[in-house]
Amino acid sequence: MSFTLYDKLWNEHLVETDDTSESLIYIDRHYLHEVTSPQAFEGLRHKKIKPWRLDANVATPDHNVPTDRGNGFDVSSIQDDVAKIQVVELDKNCQSFGIHQFDITSNKQGIVHVMGPELGYTLPGMTIVCGDSHTSTHGAFGCLAMGIGTSEVEHVLATQCLKITKLKNMQVNFNGMPQKGVGSKDIVLHLIKLIGTAGGTGHAIEFSGSYISSASMESRMTICNMAIEAGAKVGLTGVDSTTLDYVKNHSNLSDEMFNKASEYWQTLKSDSDATFDKSISIDVSKIKPQVTWGTSPEMTIDFDAEIPNQEDVDEASYENLLLAKTYMGLDESKTLQDLSFDRIFIGSCTNSRIEDLRDAASVIQGKKVSRDITEAIVVPGSGMVKAQAEEEGLDKIFIDAGFLWRDPGCSMCLGMNPDQLKPYERCASTSNRNFEGRQGHLGRAHLMSPMMAALTAINGKITDPSL
Amino acid sequence: MTNSIITGIVATFDRDNIDTDQIIPTEYLKSIKKFGFGDFLFDGWRYLDEGKLDMTSDDRSKNNDFILNKEPYTNSTILLTRDNFGCGSSREHAVWALRDFGFKSVIASSFGDIFYNNCFKNSVLPIVLTKEEINHLFKICSTSPTSLEIVLVNKNIKCDDEFSYFFDVKESLLDRIINNLDDVDITLKHKSHIQAFEQKRRSQRPWLFDYSN
Repeated sequence: MSFTLYDKLWNEHLVETDDTSESLIYIDRHYLHEVTSPQAFEGLRHKKIKPWRLDANVATPDHNVPTDRGNGFDVSSIQDDVAKIQVVELDKNCQSFGIHQFDITSNKQGIVHVMGPELGYTLPGMTIVCGDSHTSTHGAFGCLAMGIGTSEVEHVLATQCLKITKLKNMQVNFNGMPQKGVGSKDIVLHLIKLIGTAGGTGHAIEFSGSYISSASMESRMTICNMAIEAGAKVGLTGVDSTTLDYVKNHSNLSDEMFNKASEYWQTLKSDSDATFDKSISIDVSKIKPQVTWGTSPEMTIDFDAEIPNQEDVDEASYENLLLAKTYMGLDESKTLQDLSFDRIFIGSCTNSRIEDLRDAASVIQGKKVSRDITEAIVVPGSGMVKAQAEEEGLDKIFIDAGFLWRDPGCSMCLGMNPDQLKPYERCASTSNRNFEGRQGHLGRAHLMSPMMAALTAINGKITDPSL
Repeated sequence: MTNSIITGIVATFDRDNIDTDQIIPTEYLKSIKKFGFGDFLFDGWRYLDEGKLDMTSDDRSKNNDFILNKEPYTNSTILLTRDNFGCGSSREHAVWALRDFGFKSVIASSFGDIFYNNCFKNSVLPIVLTKEEINHLFKICSTSPTSLEIVLVNKNIKCDDEFSYFFDVKESLLDRIINNLDDVDITLKHKSHIQAFEQKRRSQRPWLFDYSN
């Protein structure tokens, strides 16, 4: 009998299955943040239940923290009183329940999906959950990782299990090598354009193929991160030497324990004759830099292509197209290159790792942010990423070019902190969602790679990265 | 208390991919409560101004063209939409906002996976119908205010004598809505199984329990 990686992880964690096809799955790691946890802790208090296993949990505030904190900042310095309550609440809950937290003053604090792997809390073969849909990121380590709602956060705290239904298997093969100026973000946006934001619904997507084998852990995380934008709450890749090297460098396991674990971890890949319910192969060498034009991640085109018109879509999609074009203010524009940008955001759990910052810095050295851009910010994903970037001198490159160099957090990806677009401002963003109002009331976000966003900062417009 | 029948007026949202950011914008996720989100449901479409958590519907400038601001839809209990409703962010606040407004069921041709799960934790019934059935329902419900009756145990939706559709949903999930069951209580009945599983895991995969930070 042959199994996919998802099947193996499922079977490994199956505590119990009942006859209604819902199963109890054991959870190895639970990440918590300030926004989706307060009601779960309240639920525990109400039921007079303690967390099942404290050391499975790790918390950090990331969603609503300001990113211009500077030295000496602590929770009392947060200006937004409502946001402050939430961060204070996380402090109080972690303290009273005994959960390990990297709080707002920690130099390791960061976006939970950036911080977790780099501190070695994400290990291959784990089941990982968090009250955040981008938990799929951790699937890059051969983990079964998914976002959950707050009721499930409470359930995991109380029982160390999740009561869920098994997903179907989908395979996405990325073969070949990308062109210059094309990276993991372009590749995953291209996939979402092809299969749509519901293309992976009900499935766990395993990413494989020669491109994935040659890709860094950072690139794999970017791709698994956006599986949810293709409808799949689980995205994952098999374990190989790239995975093991990363884990060896980032975990605190003893050599003995690491070696013992590695034997098991190396089995974490789909069997060669495993069958998938759906399969798709994509030649990544044909992919151009991708940019979204609309209000859904599937509304993506090649950076130099024409923005779709009425005649390009079927009748059923016409209304969606019209609403998106109106919201994005595209009535007169034929291509994305016609548009003038106001803001630049480099950051988010999709693209705020060291590799992303290196990519962005590589195209702006010695250049200046366009005068048309009112603000360009770089928000490193974590304290560790920030320190690494500063050690490499990347901060200087950004600052010299006119970017603001910020402190870690989710920032403008969801505009829950002060980093928000003003109405009708157009933003080149390395984040994952271009939904209406997501980055600020009536704000207009175009998703793209860190390199494309950095170039847009310099030129004020979308330009060809190969020039 | 059991919820066996859902009745009421259908509000139609003729749009695909309505994400949870549209159902409730991020600003309102700053609340640490589990109730009180009804006034912020579809905030960006329902109001002309930008809202804050301490505002109520009465403080706001309303978009009078928006369906939930029109009678009799202010009292809708069933929402009819199209593909991929509730995609995007995992925020359970989206379901809390629908529930607090008064919605008891959402009918769509497909749902975002995380949203679909969250519904059952809050007694909101997500119903999947085929695209043809959805088209038919839109024809009926968007011309004039229409009431539907959903009989949960029969997995049936009907509108007077005009039509009757059956839908599919897992029994155990439906049971949670009908009997208002709590997942934690159900799972903790299996406490000894979980403990035994954990013990075995601790010996087989010790590195998962060895980590010191």
